[in-house]
Amino acid sequence: MNLRLLALLPLLVLAGCKPTAQELKIGVSAPMTGDISAIGQSTKNAIAIAQEEINAGGGIKVGDKLVKVRFVIEDDENKPESTATVFQKLINQDKVLAIIGSQTSKCSNAGAPIAEAAGIPQVTPWSTNPNVTKGRKFIFRACFIDPFQGRVVAQFATEKLKAKTAAVVYDVASDYNKGIAEVFRDEFTKMGGKIVGFETYNTKDTDFSAQFTKIKGGKPDVIFLPNYFNEVPLQIQQARKLGITATMLGGDGWDNPELVKLGGAVMNGAYFSNHYSPDIDNPIAKAFIATYQTRFKIVPDAAAALTYDCAQLLFKAMATAGKADSRAIREALAVTKGFQGVTGGITYAGSGDPVKGAVVIKVENGKFVFDSAVNP
Amino acid sequence: MGPLPTSRPSRLRFWMVCGLVLALAIPLQLLTDAGLFPAILNPYYLHLLTIIGMNIILVASLNLLNGYLGEFALGHAGFMAVGAYAAATLAAKVLPASGALPPILGTVLTLGLTLAGAMLAAALVGYLVGLVTFKTVGDYLAIITLGFNMIIVNAIQNIDALGGPRGFTGIPRNTTFLAVIVCTVLTVAILRNLVQSSFGRVWVSIRENAIAAELMGVDLNRAKNQAFTIAAAFAGLAGGLWAQYQQFITPRSFDYIKTTEILVMLYLGGMASLSGSILGVVAYTLLMELLRNLLSAFAPQFAEWRMLISPLILIVIMLTRQFGLMGNREWSWLRPERES
Repeated sequence: MNLRLLALLPLLVLAGCKPTAQELKIGVSAPMTGDISAIGQSTKNAIAIAQEEINAGGGIKVGDKLVKVRFVIEDDENKPESTATVFQKLINQDKVLAIIGSQTSKCSNAGAPIAEAAGIPQVTPWSTNPNVTKGRKFIFRACFIDPFQGRVVAQFATEKLKAKTAAVVYDVASDYNKGIAEVFRDEFTKMGGKIVGFETYNTKDTDFSAQFTKIKGGKPDVIFLPNYFNEVPLQIQQARKLGITATMLGGDGWDNPELVKLGGAVMNGAYFSNHYSPDIDNPIAKAFIATYQTRFKIVPDAAAALTYDCAQLLFKAMATAGKADSRAIREALAVTKGFQGVTGGITYAGSGDPVKGAVVIKVENGKFVFDSAVNP
Repeated sequence: MGPLPTSRPSRLRFWMVCGLVLALAIPLQLLTDAGLFPAILNPYYLHLLTIIGMNIILVASLNLLNGYLGEFALGHAGFMAVGAYAAATLAAKVLPASGALPPILGTVLTLGLTLAGAMLAAALVGYLVGLVTFKTVGDYLAIITLGFNMIIVNAIQNIDALGGPRGFTGIPRNTTFLAVIVCTVLTVAILRNLVQSSFGRVWVSIRENAIAAELMGVDLNRAKNQAFTIAAAFAGLAGGLWAQYQQFITPRSFDYIKTTEILVMLYLGGMASLSGSILGVVAYTLLMELLRNLLSAFAPQFAEWRMLISPLILIVIMLTRQFGLMGNREWSWLRPERES
C-alpha cells in the first residue's frame, strides 16, 4: 500500500459533505453500535416513523411554504468522546437546526456543552440525570429526571402497597442506579417508612446471595432494585431462593422484553415505574404503537416512544417559530405548554426538565400490564 | 555513545516542521476566536485536529513503554484518568478565581497550572506503578498494569467528591485548539530528544537484551521507573487537556477499552517510531470519520457497518504491514542526526 495515498484521506472527508438543499435538518445522536445498540435501533425506528409522517403532510410551514424535514442520524457508540465528535459534525458540517439525543446521560452530558455554545437546541429522549440540563439554556429533555422516579416508586410503595419497611440493592458503579437508589431511600424515609437494608454490588456481578441474606434479617415489605433488565431477573431468582417473599420494585431500567424472557415466572407480581405503558389509554400512543408494530414487528420501548416525542416537540417548536432558525426554535421550545405525546403531557416551566407524570407497570404472567399513573 | 554529529540537517528540519505546525495553528486559532472560519476548516475539522493532537500525546507516550522499553503496558488510560481528574479538580474547584485576570492571561495561567498539576499527579502514580512492576516482565507486567487501570477507574467511581459514577461536570473550557497543538509539538519534541538521548538508548538496550544491558551497567529498575514516570506524565497531560476540552468526564471513559483504543492506534502506526505514533493516530481518526461521512452521505442505511468496516481495514493493514505503518522507521525529519 502506498503511504502517500493516506495523504488523500482528508480530501475524502471533505468529499463527504453535500450541499444543503431546501430542507429542515435535525441531527440525531444515538448509540447505533456499542453496549446498548438495541436502544440505537429503537431510536432509528422512531425517527423513521416521525420523518415519514411529517413529510407525508408536506413538511413544516416555514414562512409561507411547506418545507420537508430531514433527519441525520449519527452513531455515538454510547461513548462521551464520540458524542462530542458527532455533535461537532452535526452542528458544523451538516448545519442542523436542532439535535435529538443522545440517549444515555453520560453522552448527553458530553454533547450538551457543544450544543449550548453553538446555540443549537438539544432535546434528549432518555437522559434522566439531572446534570444534563442544569444551568443550560438550549438543552431540553422529554423524560422525567432520576429524583422524580425515585419519588414515584417510594410513593407507590407507601400509598398503594402500604409498605412500612423497604430494602434496596443497587449497582454502585452506575450513576443511574445509584441516583435513583439514594432518592428512593430519602423519600421513603420522609414518607414514614423504614429502610432496613441498603446494599450495593458492582456491574457484572452474578452472585447476590450475600446482599440478600443480609436483607432477609430485616424482613422488608418491598425490595427496590433500580437496576437494568439484564441483571434484575437473576437478583430476584436468588432472593426467592433464600426465601424472601417481599414485593419487588424497579425503575425504567426494567423496561425491555428481555426482562420476562430471562426471569420467567419469577418476575410475576413485580412493579416498576416507567415513562409510558403500551396499554395506557392515549390515542396518540395507540396510533404510534400500531404504526411501530406493523412496521417493525415489535412493541416500541420507552426509548422509542420518547424519541418520537422529541421529534414531535421539535416539529411543533419549528412550526411555532415559523422560520429555520435555531434560536427561534429554542424560544418556541422553552414555552411548550400542554404538549400531548406518546409518553404523556409535556410542559416546560423555566427549565429544560418537563413537568410530566410517570406510570407504574406490573408484571403479570410474563406481560407488562399498566397499573397506575403517578403525576407530580 | 558515538561521536558527536558534524552536520545537523535533520535537527534543523525537525524544528522547521514544528515551527510550521505552530505557524499554521496560531492564525487558525485567532480566526476561530474572531468567529471567522476559513470555509474549508469548520469547527468540526478543528475538533478532529484537536482530538488527533491529544491522541498523538497519548500514543507517543505509550510508545515509550511498549515500543522503546519493549514492555506490554495496559494501563495508559489509568494515567490519563489521573491527569484528567487532577486537572478537573484544579480547574473547577481550586482555581475558579482566575476570572479576575485578563482573559487570555487567565486562561493561559489556569491551563498551565492545571496541566502541570495533571502531569505531576500522573507522574507520581506512574512512578508508583513503576515501583510495583519492578520484578515483572512480559505478560505479568501487562496484567499488573491492567489491574492498575481497573483500580483507578473503580476508585474514582467510589469517590463522591469527584462525582463518582455520575461523572465530573462543570469543568471550565480552558483547552483550546492552539493549546493542544502546542502541547503536541512539545511532547513530540521532548520524546524525540529523549529517545535519541542516553535514556532512550538504555530503554532500547533493555528491550533488546535485558541481561546484556545489566552487564553493561544499566540499572534496570531505575531505567524502567524513569520510562513509566515520563510516559505517565504525558498521559496525564493528555488527560488534563481532555478534561478541560470536553468539560465532562466519567470514570468509565478511562477503562481498559480506552487503553485498547490507544493500543490500536499505536500498533497501526508501528512500535518504536514517533512517526508511526503520529501517522497511526491520524490514519485511525480520519478512517473512522471518513467512514462516518461517506456512509452517512451515500449509504445511510449502512451507517452501522462503520464499526465492522474499520476494524476490517485495520486487520488488512496489520496483515500486509506486520510492524505497522512505520514500525522501527522514522520520517527523515524525525530521524536522529547520525542516521540521516
